[in-house]
Amino acid sequence: MIITTENLTKKFGQFTAVDQISFSVAEGEIFGFLGANGAGKTTAMRMLSGLLAPTSGRAKVVGFDVATQPEDIKRSIGYMSQRFSLYEDLTVLENIRLFGSIYGLKKVELSQKATALLEQLQFTEQRNTLVGALPLGWKQKLSFSVAMMHEPRLVFLDEPTGGVDPITRRQFWELIYAAAGRGATVFVTTHYMDEAEYCDRVSIMVDGRIAALDTPAALKVQFEARDMDEVFCASPPLLKSVPHEDFSRIPAKRILARHTRPT
Amino acid sequence: MLSALIRKEFSQILRNVNIIRMMLMAPLIQLIIIPLAADFEVKNINLAVLDRDHSTYSHKITNKMVASGYFKLVDMPHDEAAAQRAMDEGRADLALEIPAHFERDLVREDEATVKIRTDAVNGVKAGLGMNYGGQIISAVNNEIRQDFVQMPRFNPLPMIDINTRFWYNPDFNYRHYMAPGILALLLTMVGSMMCALNIVREREIGTMEQMNVTPVKSWQFLLAKLIPFWVIGLVSLTIGLLACFLIFGIVSAGSYLTIYLFAMVYLVAALGIGQLIASFTDTQQQATLFSFFFMMMFVLLSGLYTPIESMPPWAQWLAWANPVTHFVDVMRSVVLKGSTFMDLLPRFWSICGFAVLFNVIAVFSYRKRMG
Repeated sequence: MIITTENLTKKFGQFTAVDQISFSVAEGEIFGFLGANGAGKTTAMRMLSGLLAPTSGRAKVVGFDVATQPEDIKRSIGYMSQRFSLYEDLTVLENIRLFGSIYGLKKVELSQKATALLEQLQFTEQRNTLVGALPLGWKQKLSFSVAMMHEPRLVFLDEPTGGVDPITRRQFWELIYAAAGRGATVFVTTHYMDEAEYCDRVSIMVDGRIAALDTPAALKVQFEARDMDEVFCASPPLLKSVPHEDFSRIPAKRILARHTRPT
Repeated sequence: MLSALIRKEFSQILRNVNIIRMMLMAPLIQLIIIPLAADFEVKNINLAVLDRDHSTYSHKITNKMVASGYFKLVDMPHDEAAAQRAMDEGRADLALEIPAHFERDLVREDEATVKIRTDAVNGVKAGLGMNYGGQIISAVNNEIRQDFVQMPRFNPLPMIDINTRFWYNPDFNYRHYMAPGILALLLTMVGSMMCALNIVREREIGTMEQMNVTPVKSWQFLLAKLIPFWVIGLVSLTIGLLACFLIFGIVSAGSYLTIYLFAMVYLVAALGIGQLIASFTDTQQQATLFSFFFMMMFVLLSGLYTPIESMPPWAQWLAWANPVTHFVDVMRSVVLKGSTFMDLLPRFWSICGFAVLFNVIAVFSYRKRMG
C-alpha cells in the first residue's frame, strides 16, 4: 500500500474539515477522489502530501508518516495544486529547469529530461515562451509533466482539468495513463464524472467523510445507477447509514488493462 | 538547489519592468524632488507694515526687513483693521506695527516700541519670522544708538562679536543634509516593501503552496528571495550616490567603503522587516497597507525631517528603537562629517542587532504559518 490512513482528521477551530477517514491506495492505482466543493478533498490531499499536519489519526504515504516525516514524503511525491502551480513569468524551459533542480536532478540528466519532455508535449518550439502566455490546457499538461519529472512513485493532482476543453482533457488523461503505465500511483480529484470512470477506484467524500469507495463498476451496482453522475448524486444520503466506515478493508484492485485508453 | 532558486528570482525580477523602473527612478526622483521641496529654510515671509510714523527711522526698519531677503513686503495697511484683515486673509504672515511718534519718542525718551504680530498657524514660519524680525530690529537699534552716542576712545558698552561657522556643512546647504538621509530611506523601501510584496505575491498566486510541497526548505526559499533584493538595494544605493554627485556635487567626506559596509548590514535588517510584513499578510494589498504604515512611522520617527533632539523624551526613545534613525545618522555622519567606521562602531552594533532581531522573528513566524 502506498497510502494508508487510519481515522485521519483535520480540524480548523470548531470546524472539522476531514472527519476520521480510513482508506488505502495500492501502488500503481489511479485513485479518484471525488466530492462536492468544500467536502474536504483538498484538505485531505494537503495532509497526505505533508503540507498540513493532521489534528488526529495516522497516515502513511510512500512509507513515511505524514505527521512526523513530511519532508521525506515531499521528496518522493509529485503535486499539482488546484491553482496553477508553475511560474507564469518564467519560460517553459526555465520552469522545467527550476523544478528539476529542486528535486535534485543533475545537470546532464536534467537537460536530457527537459528535451524529452518538450518533445513529448510537442512544446519544443515554445520552450522560450513565458508560461503565462500559454493556453490553460497547455499549462496544465506542462504542469503535470513537470510534477512527474523526478519520477515520483505517487502524484497528487488537485482538479487538474478544471476549465480545460474536452480534447485537452483527453490528452491530459493520456498523460496520466502513460504515467500509471510506468508504475506511478495517481491520486486525482475531479468534478468530471466521465473522468471518474477512468479511475481504477473512486472514493466519494461528503462533509469530511468518505461515503463510498469502490471501483466505478461496483459503485454503479451498489447505487443501482447507470453512470457515475447518478452515483455521485446518490451518495450524500448514504452517509447517514454508514458513519465512519473503515474503507481500508475494500481491496485495491489493480487494473492491468492499461491499454484501454479513455474513450 | 539554492542557486536554481536565486536564478529564478533574478529572472523574474529582471523581467518585471516595474521593479527595474522603481530601482532606477526612485532614487533619482526622491533625491531631486524631496530636498528641493521639503526645505526647512523659511524665505518669502509675507510682511505687512503698518507705519504710523513715516519717519526716517521707521523707513529704515522697513527697508532693512525687506533687504534681508527673508521678507516680502505685501501690504502697507493704513490702520489696524486693514493689517488684521491682511493676516486673516492669509496674505500676510507677519504684521509690523510702528506707532506714531516712534522717532520722536526714540530721540526724546530713549525708548520706543514696535509691535510684531505673526500668524502662528504655520509654527515654523511664525517662529522664524519672529526671530529674523527681532534680529533685524535690534540691529537697526544698535545703528541708531551709535548715531546718538559720541563714541569715546574705548567703547563703554563692551560688545561680544559672534563669529559663526557651520561645521561639516559650511555653506549651510540643506540638500547636503537631506540627500544622505533620503538614500537611507530608499534602502529601507527596497528592503522592506519590495521584498514583502514579492513574497506575498507568491502566496497570493499559489506558487508558494507548490514550493512548500517540494523538498525546498523554508530558509532556502526565503534566502533566495532576500539575496536579489539585497543586490538591488546596493545597486540603488550606487545610483543614488552617483546622482548625489552629479546633481548636487555631493562627495562623501568619509569613506565610501564605510557607507557600503553599513548598507550591507542595514539591508539585511530592512529585509527582515519585509519578511515580517509578509508573514503577517496574505495579499499584496494587505502588505502594501502594512508597509505603508511602517514606512510612515519609520520616516517620521527617524530624524530625517525633524531633529530627534526636539522630540519629547518618549518619542526620542521610540526614535532610537527605529533602525532607520541609526542608518540616517550613519549616512549623514559619513557623508558630511567624514566619520570613520571606528567612530560609528556603536551604530554598527546596533544595526547588526536590528538585523538579527528582525530576521529571527521573521523566520520564527514564517515557520508557524506553515504548521
